[in-house]
Amino acid sequence: MKIAVLSGKGGTGKTFVSVNLAITAKNSVYIDCDVEEPNGRLFLKPEKSVLEEVYTQLPQVLEGKCIGCRKCVDSCRFNAMGFIKNKPLVFPEVCHSCGACSLLCPTGAIFEVKRPIGVVESGKNKKGVQVITGILNIGEASGIPIIQKALVTKVIEENITIIDCPPGSACTVMESVQAADYCLLVVEATTFGFHNFKMVYELVSLLQKPCGVVINKGNYSYTPLMNYCKENNIAILCCIPYQEKLARIGANGELACEKDDEAQVLFSTLLDRIRMEVGR
Amino acid sequence: MKIAIPMNEMLMEAEVCVSFGRAPYFLVYDTQSEASTFFENPGAVSQGGAGIKAAQSIVDAMAEALLTVRCGENSVEVFQAAGIKVYKTTEVTAKENIQAFQKGQLAPLNHFHGGFHGKI
Amino acid sequence: MKKLLILSGKGGTGKTTTAAAFIDFSNAEAFADCDVDAPNLHLLVGMKGRAKKTHFYGSEKANIDDKKCVSCGICYQNCRFQGIIREGERYSVNPFACEGCGVCMYTCPQSAVTMEEDVAGVLALYHEERLFSTAKLKMGRGNSGKLVTEVKKQLETGSSGRFAIIDGSPGIGCPVIASISGVDMVLIVAEPSLSGISDMKRILRTAEFFQVKTAVCINKYDTCIENAEKIKKLCQREEIPFVGCIPYDDKVSAAINEGQSIANINCPARDALYEVYENIKVYFI
Repeated sequence: MKIAVLSGKGGTGKTFVSVNLAITAKNSVYIDCDVEEPNGRLFLKPEKSVLEEVYTQLPQVLEGKCIGCRKCVDSCRFNAMGFIKNKPLVFPEVCHSCGACSLLCPTGAIFEVKRPIGVVESGKNKKGVQVITGILNIGEASGIPIIQKALVTKVIEENITIIDCPPGSACTVMESVQAADYCLLVVEATTFGFHNFKMVYELVSLLQKPCGVVINKGNYSYTPLMNYCKENNIAILCCIPYQEKLARIGANGELACEKDDEAQVLFSTLLDRIRMEVGR
Repeated sequence: MKIAIPMNEMLMEAEVCVSFGRAPYFLVYDTQSEASTFFENPGAVSQGGAGIKAAQSIVDAMAEALLTVRCGENSVEVFQAAGIKVYKTTEVTAKENIQAFQKGQLAPLNHFHGGFHGKI
Repeated sequence: MKKLLILSGKGGTGKTTTAAAFIDFSNAEAFADCDVDAPNLHLLVGMKGRAKKTHFYGSEKANIDDKKCVSCGICYQNCRFQGIIREGERYSVNPFACEGCGVCMYTCPQSAVTMEEDVAGVLALYHEERLFSTAKLKMGRGNSGKLVTEVKKQLETGSSGRFAIIDGSPGIGCPVIASISGVDMVLIVAEPSLSGISDMKRILRTAEFFQVKTAVCINKYDTCIENAEKIKKLCQREEIPFVGCIPYDDKVSAAINEGQSIANINCPARDALYEVYENIKVYFI
């Protein structure tokens, strides 16, 4: 079973919920798709990690074959090519690897080579959680290929896979959610949290994924959120009140479900509720 | 020789545009004939790679020098490949900068920004 | 116009709360929200009138004309972004996956594919006694950096005020760099956690690269005093002005939930923020 954990924006506790669920579920797999700021491994501490490079395609020009027709340059909608002194010049960081130039070149003067854009790191931690982290190289525009690579990891269907999504509702989030059986929306019970939550809810509804809500750093007293969930028939699975001790544990890179008994009970109850919801 | 300048308006007395890739217009001034030509920057409206597209239009206009406030790394790569020299403007209007350039008062631009695409 | 940009690296550190309070403290005549992925500032600044709204066009998206399409599937084979959906014999475009590269249009033997402008977001401009520029990117769309640039353009061309406050976007990517360019000072709201510190370092590097004056404050410093000390030391070492610590205060979320800026509420966090404001004024105004 694959559970995607989402939130409208950073700082609501998405990674906090993800890593604790991963520890609570035995033999689980944790996949960090927040490739711009992958923080889950700071908590789960995987060992003996193996790195796999992720590549994208980059055009190269065979000067001998190029007749200077400029078709490649004119067809590139990302302006990733210049045409100087009768030959094309490629700008790797601007290139989207769409393949238009090589497809359209009439003389076959353009071929593609692999260009690394990041890595997928994989290792097990002491508790047996397999930790998979997608890491985008600084300066790269799109993390999508990394997310795709991280998500193709082979998992045993009966075991739980936790997908820690990027914040927001951009295309990277969509990519991360596609494979999930269930979406867990982490919400902060504030006006901001509620406003951003509605955006993510819109996204999971569009993708027709079943979902439930975890209220973090709050209780059931924020009425607009309660009413919204009721009206849209969204299950509120649990509430994690703000507690200084939890903030402290997190700030030190430790896991609440290991350091705190209450938190341990809370996350195992949450996991049971998710299993029930998915079973329905 | 032909000199190119990014412009906010199509006037010799108008200010040089502070942005190169997103400048609305370019001026190409021919020092021999003293003729000035303005054209729209095709990079101004593009989603990404504006500097490359803009620089390409300067190359295609056969300019040999660019006078500008600033310029990104990608554009510079185009200019270097094409053998176009880039100078930093010191004056306000295009006219004043051309005069300064002709008197040899403008220095080559040597700080290029990394663009706005997370290139840090 | 002098512009103060508030940034955080990591989301949820209190950037918008700080921006809203500063807007009140300074009686700023102009302000903007550059967090176009998840804008929130409008919830706190209480603009009552209607905004002038304009469409923001992102990258173009492909569109397949069913009448011309002969279901050859060439577009489907050539698209590298899973942007073409095949349902039986019918091919259509998935606008969320389409990158606008045009490969389908270039390779369609029937000329059934066209590239069309796509509304990727909406810009809003409130112009009352004060000017507020904001925008919202549509779900699943990219190009947020360009939209940020548009938000700042609205702010700059619309106001003759001498001072503006800008709420930035989280992260270090393209939208953040678009927010930094051209501002006079950056205030980083840091959080005393491991991830908060690592994100703060990255944003410091970014600001340094753009040669913008930068100051740091810590929000909810008492959630981990050890880490707060680490941040202070780091600032000292790198000679970055440190302008104050704000305590965790549950009155803050209570105020936000009522749509109030904490500038108007009597609480320890407000007083601490006011001190931060006074401290940064020295460097800025």
